[in-house]
Amino acid sequence: MKEVCFFLGAIGCLGGAIAVIGLRNPFYSVLALIVHLISLAGLFLLLQAEFLAAAQIVVYAGAVMVLYVFVAAYVGNVEESLWEPIPGQRWIAPLLGLALFAELSIAIIGSGLKSLDTEGPTVELGFGSPEAIGRLMLERFLIAFEAASLLLLIAAIGAVVLAARRRESAPPGVQPGGEHVDSQPGSPAGIPERAAG
Amino acid sequence: MDMSWYLVLSALLFATGAMGVLLRRSPLVVLLCLELMLNAGNLALLAFSRSLGNEDGQVFALIVMVIAACEVVVGLGIIVAAYRRRIPLNVDELRTLRG
Repeated sequence: MKEVCFFLGAIGCLGGAIAVIGLRNPFYSVLALIVHLISLAGLFLLLQAEFLAAAQIVVYAGAVMVLYVFVAAYVGNVEESLWEPIPGQRWIAPLLGLALFAELSIAIIGSGLKSLDTEGPTVELGFGSPEAIGRLMLERFLIAFEAASLLLLIAAIGAVVLAARRRESAPPGVQPGGEHVDSQPGSPAGIPERAAG
Repeated sequence: MDMSWYLVLSALLFATGAMGVLLRRSPLVVLLCLELMLNAGNLALLAFSRSLGNEDGQVFALIVMVIAACEVVVGLGIIVAAYRRRIPLNVDELRTLRG
């Protein structure tokens, strides 16, 4: 039963990942990533990380992906040019990916860890439950927890500053004081310059 | 299931994400591929946490998820700002971060 669940999750994960890099439309890529994340949450459950699986679905597949969907819809379908700065990039990249996979696999299999061929020790019932994770985060890893929350706050403020509309990009000709200015020095005489906002 | 299955799957997912970063040119899809790589790392962390019978790796994976969320928020902010200024959304042409 575990094997069936593992292979179902693995197929979902890999299929989602390949669809993310294979689909041309970024909107479909985002949807494929949601499939990948939900399958990965299933694998997390198999590894007895219940809280992480729930957080993966709620935070990742829920909140973060909604952000992605909004931005993909806002930006629209961006044409990817076929111009390649490095000649033969589309053939070299899969080769490098395969080489990376081979190297990682050799490193894992060749490490000789005894626990690689076991299912792991039997653990008590509350392993990976919200209670256990919460106790660890508020006792042993309190500094990491606080630093992560501070980092989230800084990132949220930074995103608002980055994406906010700038004041100086308001159409010229209308000053903030309400005074109307006829023409900018650079524009043709008599025709007020109107930049697209 | 043996732990090596999970670790090899995580290596495969990581390589897929790295391949996507090398292949795709839209910054939005590059961010998605970074997510793939971070999630592969999370899977390896959880597999090691299970094989050691120790929950520390799960806390580590949770912090990785927080970092990924921060990275997404800032990256999407940069993409939206670039789109507003009509800068082409192509990682080959985005060579400088001048405003």
